[in-house]
Amino acid sequence: MADTLYLLVLFPFIGFLVNGLGGRWLSGKQSGLVASLAVAGSFLIGAQLFLGLLARPEDNRRLVQTLFTWLPVGELNIHVTYVFDPLAAIMVLVITGVGLLIHIYSIGYMRDDPGIRRYFAYLNLFTFMMLNLVLSDSLVLLFMGWEGVGLCSYLLIGFWFSDAAKARAGMKAFVVNRIGDAGFLIAMIMIFDRFGTLSMADISWLAPGAGIDTTFITTVTLLMFVGAVGKSAQVPLYVWLPDAMAGPTPVSALIHAATMVTAGVYLVARNSALFALAPITMGIIAAIGTITALLAAIIAITQTDIKKVLAYSTISQLGYMFIALGVGAFSAAIFHLMTHAFFKALLFLGAGSVIHGMGDEQDLRKMGRLRQLMPTTFMTMTIGALAIAGLPGLAGFFSKDEILWSAFNSSGGISWIWLVGLATAGLTAFYMARMLFLTFFGERRWAEGVKPHESPSVMTVPLIILAFLSIVGGYAGVPEALGGHNALHHFLAPLMATFQASGEASQAANHPLELLLMLLSTGVVLVAAYYAYRFFVQQPGLPETAAGKFPQLYRLSNRRFYVDEIYALLIIRPFRALADLLWKWIDVRIIDNLVNLAGRTTERLGGALRLMQSGLIQHYASLLLLGVVFILLAVAMG
Amino acid sequence: MIGDYLPILFVFLLAAGFALGALGLTHVVGPRIKTRVKLSAYESGVDPVGPTHSRLNVRYFLIGLVFIIFDLEVVFLYPWAVIFREQAAQGPFILYEMLFFLVVLLVGYLYIWRKGVFEWE
Amino acid sequence: MGSADILSTLPELVLIATALLLLVMESAAEPHRELLAATALGGLAIALVTALGYGADGLYYSGMLQVDPYARFVSALALVLAALAIMVAVPYLRRTLEERGEYYSLMLFATVGMLLMVKAQDLTMVFLGLELLSIPLYVLAGFYRHRSSSNEAGLKYLLLGAFAAGFFLFGIALLYGSTGTTSYSGMAQAINSGTELSRVLTLAGFGLLLVGFAFKVALAPFHMYAPDVYEGAPTSMSAFLSTGPKLAGFATLLKLIAVVFAGTMVHWWTAIWILAALTMTVGNLAALRQDSLKRMLAYSSVAHAGYLALAILVTNYDSGFAMLFYLTVYVLTTLAAFGIVSLLEEGEESAMPGVEACKGLARRNPWLAAAFTLALLSLAGFPPTAGFLGKFFLFNATLDAGYLWLVILAVLNSLVSVYYYLRPVVAMYMQPGKNTSALPIPRMLIPALLALAVVALGAGFIPAPLVHATASAISAIL
Repeated sequence: MADTLYLLVLFPFIGFLVNGLGGRWLSGKQSGLVASLAVAGSFLIGAQLFLGLLARPEDNRRLVQTLFTWLPVGELNIHVTYVFDPLAAIMVLVITGVGLLIHIYSIGYMRDDPGIRRYFAYLNLFTFMMLNLVLSDSLVLLFMGWEGVGLCSYLLIGFWFSDAAKARAGMKAFVVNRIGDAGFLIAMIMIFDRFGTLSMADISWLAPGAGIDTTFITTVTLLMFVGAVGKSAQVPLYVWLPDAMAGPTPVSALIHAATMVTAGVYLVARNSALFALAPITMGIIAAIGTITALLAAIIAITQTDIKKVLAYSTISQLGYMFIALGVGAFSAAIFHLMTHAFFKALLFLGAGSVIHGMGDEQDLRKMGRLRQLMPTTFMTMTIGALAIAGLPGLAGFFSKDEILWSAFNSSGGISWIWLVGLATAGLTAFYMARMLFLTFFGERRWAEGVKPHESPSVMTVPLIILAFLSIVGGYAGVPEALGGHNALHHFLAPLMATFQASGEASQAANHPLELLLMLLSTGVVLVAAYYAYRFFVQQPGLPETAAGKFPQLYRLSNRRFYVDEIYALLIIRPFRALADLLWKWIDVRIIDNLVNLAGRTTERLGGALRLMQSGLIQHYASLLLLGVVFILLAVAMG
Repeated sequence: MIGDYLPILFVFLLAAGFALGALGLTHVVGPRIKTRVKLSAYESGVDPVGPTHSRLNVRYFLIGLVFIIFDLEVVFLYPWAVIFREQAAQGPFILYEMLFFLVVLLVGYLYIWRKGVFEWE
Repeated sequence: MGSADILSTLPELVLIATALLLLVMESAAEPHRELLAATALGGLAIALVTALGYGADGLYYSGMLQVDPYARFVSALALVLAALAIMVAVPYLRRTLEERGEYYSLMLFATVGMLLMVKAQDLTMVFLGLELLSIPLYVLAGFYRHRSSSNEAGLKYLLLGAFAAGFFLFGIALLYGSTGTTSYSGMAQAINSGTELSRVLTLAGFGLLLVGFAFKVALAPFHMYAPDVYEGAPTSMSAFLSTGPKLAGFATLLKLIAVVFAGTMVHWWTAIWILAALTMTVGNLAALRQDSLKRMLAYSSVAHAGYLALAILVTNYDSGFAMLFYLTVYVLTTLAAFGIVSLLEEGEESAMPGVEACKGLARRNPWLAAAFTLALLSLAGFPPTAGFLGKFFLFNATLDAGYLWLVILAVLNSLVSVYYYLRPVVAMYMQPGKNTSALPIPRMLIPALLALAVVALGAGFIPAPLVHATASAISAIL
């Protein structure tokens, strides 16, 4: 049964090869069909494996296939091994399932784009890399998938490379991610140094009993978390994600909402055994998650670009997942990851449908009253918005409340994490309602000549399916307080470590309290939605009044808390300064003065200032001589 | 050990000291008369005319290089001749070695000949 | 002395004979210049076969040369490199109407120098090899007599190279003074048994040898010539200048340290530590500001020398293995990158293509753009390219030896390097170019591009063959 595991990754790879190499012989539609079929194949295999997994006893749900030994060097033996366990199963189904829908949707969305074959080739490559990321047991292979999805993301963000700003956005995403990757890489080397293996299963098994010192485990997990922060766009490395919206909208749905950005969450959950040993790291994760969730939600309120609203919403929801991870509710994080994939993909695709129908208009201020013109898009997006806002009965409600409940529980009562989570739930409802109202209700504000129309069925059918999933997706984890038995939690339980931050007695069994909190959060959501209604439908002038009343607050949110500017100040400038220093001081001053000593011209150097080097051989020789003196001194001292 | 080389250091110091001392002394003691005649290049000679850097024909250098190369390489024949008797007893290898060396020289000679190094026009 | 000696140097002899043949062909009344490259490549092919297949391992020429799997591996790599460098050069020379026999002949002589350096078992032999490698390169850097940039490059290289060679020779003299011999085994014995004249003298000698090697492989602060020379030299030559001397230099230095100076490491590790740290930092930071592709690659080669110096610092089995692996990947990747740059010069007004020359290349020549991207990604150390594995092995070996801070610096450096390696990639894929017609890709360039694909991608995905080859080579000396 595990024998078919390799097919999972093989199909998208074949799709990539066919589209990448043979694309010129395919029409755009055929190319999309090939790509979709490849992902569909993976999805079917994944579903079959998933059913097989369910049929097994709980303690034996793990399929392993070793393809070949990739690196046989000394004690470092890296096998290409794929592992299909409950966590991988959920990730695979999300990636291929949601991915399939997005592939189909793209056939319609990208229909008229001349680069459609390249687009599908990249999309298939992305699926391949992402599957490698979640299926591999070795950290090295995971890292390859990790870098691979980053590369695809970069290629797809800059897909319309004729636009220089978009190309730069791709670059930004890439460079910011590399900062995170540095942490991951160092963590990997440290782990190998300590455990002598890079297999995550082995590490999880070895770590709890190894008697590891706190410093080591904290450092390693923190470094790993830095990688997760980069990939999953958390504070302070989130700046790339809003810019990444430059890519085609289905790409934003697949990569920057449903799958790739959740890789950081996956990484932490997958290594929960390590993280559970590092309470300091867990605290930091929870803090970062909380700050991100709140900050991004506030920024989302004032954004006028429909995709930017969704981007900040994604960052905020990812913050939620990290809150769950930080308080030790690993399976709750994965649960939210899954439901979020459904409704955020839905919202992005819906936004894509709107943008498509409006003739590439993304500005919310130039929409309005579209609900009759785009009924399917309107209906499905409303469902998505209700789901993300956490209306009882929809997917987001269950997963969000499990996180809030875990946050409440971990400290045994009201804590600031929980309070911020609750506030963010309200903000989420507010900005989602705002987006809906501005798009579909109110006055018509679109420009002359724009003829909004509903998208073709190849685009709306995926929307309908995703809307259906956004409704029922939550029933995989109905809490016991509501009479369910939290199937997903039990399914994942064997893989997840247990972690309790404080010594407080857990109130997990206190169902009445849990129900009370649910009611509370539902109340907050409804109130927020009502205010959005008042602001943006009843009295459209109110936002300006409010903005006028609190100009600083409004500007802070609208300018995204000036984070990009701070980055320029803190990171880019010093870096340039360093290069300048090297150039101006070492080169111009020191070497120049050598010249003056030799009585040589300085004006000739003035012309050579642009260059790193003077170009004059006597300076080189002087430096060479200095080097000789240095080596001899160093050797003599040693 | 390294201490044995101390005298050499003294010689160096002495030499440097003598040179610098002599220069310094003339600087201090010597009278300085700056007349036009004193400052000319050749105080009692003919004033130089035209630029001092006159270009020499590149062939001088080429011939010079070729001479040095062949002259030096022929030097290898002497040590070879000294050990020839002794080595030849063990086999003809030493002969082939020198023949190979001469062939290399010959090709080099042929090359510069054909490239016109010896043509003076 | 006898036939066994001749057999052991068969590759060198074949190369010298071919080089002489090329000179004869060049001086013929009506030279058939189109046959020159084929002749040179034929000689290299025969030399490669003989290097791998003929002669038993052992000491030859009264202990001057040693043939072992290590020397064979490096020789084979050097021969392949030289062959690819010639193939890269052919279209360039033909396009600029400068195809002459001297170019190939000098390349072959330089290759002989490389082979002799790695086979050497005696410092005089190393010096001869080093000069045989260097002198043809001085001439080749200045090969384009009518370009002032080429003249400048040749002259700078010669003057500074002679300067460095002087130190190298002085180092040999000091070592001879201290140990009474110049043979590796004799020096090792004297040093390890403490019968040398003076430890200070030995160390000073070693330090000066280090200067000579550092110059050849362009370690800071001996790297200053590299950007000027690589930029000024004909691009086909820069490809070889930035790879050949590095290969020979590092391979020889590693063997020298492993065999002779390993026991004195406590005295010199700080010096190499600082050289490595300085080199990688200077190389990468300077590369950040470069617009010219050749200059960028030149500084990149300086930075890579810094990484490779880590292997010298550690000098154990793991680091030696990592160094060979890294060198193999580095030389073939860099060669291909320069080859592509030499192609980009076509149709440019200036002879120094900048990053703008890459604009729109992905549209014009998708395969060429893909190959260049691959080369740059491998140089930057992206998984799953072999460049990543090389860095991984190298950094891991250094970490195991306890140089944590140096590894952190190296990792940071390689992250910085991503920036400038990606600039051409961005230009190729994301910016439209003025020119939209496809560049014709000369057939002679294809082997270099294939070698790049095989080593950067093939060895990245299936590293086992290269790992086995390098591991068995390195076990001969460490």
